[in-house]
Amino acid sequence: MIILAAVTAVLLLVSFIFNAAKTISALRIALRMFLNLLPQMIPVLFFIAFILALLPPETIEKYMGQDSGITGFLVAGAAGSIALIPGFVAYPMAGVLVKNGVSYPVISVFITTLMMVGILTLPIERKFFGWKVSITRNILSFAAAIAIGTAMALLWRFL
Amino acid sequence: MKSYFKKNKYEIIITFLMGIFVLFSHIYDYKIGIDSARNFSDSIIEMISFLPLIFILIGLFDVWIPRGVIEKHLGENSGMMSIVWMVLLAMLQAGPLYGAFPVAYMLWKKGTSVRNIFIYIGAFTTMKLPMLSFEIGFLGLKFSLLRTILSMPVFIIIAVIMQKKFGKSFSMNDGKNN
Repeated sequence: MIILAAVTAVLLLVSFIFNAAKTISALRIALRMFLNLLPQMIPVLFFIAFILALLPPETIEKYMGQDSGITGFLVAGAAGSIALIPGFVAYPMAGVLVKNGVSYPVISVFITTLMMVGILTLPIERKFFGWKVSITRNILSFAAAIAIGTAMALLWRFL
Repeated sequence: MKSYFKKNKYEIIITFLMGIFVLFSHIYDYKIGIDSARNFSDSIIEMISFLPLIFILIGLFDVWIPRGVIEKHLGENSGMMSIVWMVLLAMLQAGPLYGAFPVAYMLWKKGTSVRNIFIYIGAFTTMKLPMLSFEIGFLGLKFSLLRTILSMPVFIIIAVIMQKKFGKSFSMNDGKNN
C-alpha cells in the first residue's frame, strides 16, 4: 500500500514535469473511472459482506478453502463462467474472499473463468465466430482454468 | 452530475435499501445484518483508500503509452515476433471480453492467422495491464505472477488447437447482422 502510494506519487510528479496537460487529462480519466466504478461496486461488496455474514467461516473453508479439492474448483468455475462481473469489481471481491478463507488456487479458477469463459455472452460471441468456434473456445477455456488452478495448487506451497 | 445519478439510479436505490436494512438490523439487533455492515465497511474503506491510486496509474498509462506503434505491426503474421505483438496489443486494452471480439474481427480482416487471433483473445482475457495492476493490488504479486505465467502457455495451446481444428474453414463476421 505504501509502496503503491510512493510509486504513484513519483510517476505522477515525473509525468507532470514532462507534460502538465497530459497529466491533468490522466487525472481526469482516473476520476471518471473511479466515479463510474463506485456505484457498481457498493452493491457487490455489500452482497459479498452479507453472504460472508451468513456463512460460517468453516463452511467457506470446507467448500472453497485450501483442502476443498475439486469441489472448490467446480463451484468457483461455475460461478466464474456464469457471472458477468467486470474485472474492476471482481478483484476487490476476490481480495475479500481470500481474507475470508477462500484459497488462492480456487480464486485463480474463479478469475480465469470469469475472464475467459462467458456463457451469458455466448450469443454475442457467436455473432463474431459462429456457434462451433465459440462453444469450442469456451469449453477449452474452462478446462484451461481448471488446469491453471491445479498447477496453482501444486506450486503455491513451494513458492 | 444529474446524468450521473440518472445513469446509476438502480445502484443508488439498492444502496439506499442496503442502508435501511443495516439500520433495522441495528434496531432489532439482527446479527447477520450487523455482521454484514461490519464486513462491508471494512472492505469499502480499503477500496476507497486504494482504488484512486490504481486509477491514477491507469490514467497515466492511458495518456503515455503509444498504441499506434503496436498497431503498425499487426499485419505481421509469422514467427515468434507476431505472438509478442499480439500479446502486447492485448495487454494495452481494457474492458470486458466481448470488447475483444470487434478487435479480433479487425485483426482477421487484416489477415491475422487464426492462431494469432486466439492468442490475442487469450492475452486479452488474462494479461490486460490495467487488470494486472488491480490483481497485484488486491491479491498480491505472487498470485498475479504465478497466474499470468501459468496462463500464457495455456492460451497459446488453446490458440494452436483452434488453428488445427478450424484453420481452413475459419471465418468471422462483423457481429452486426445475423
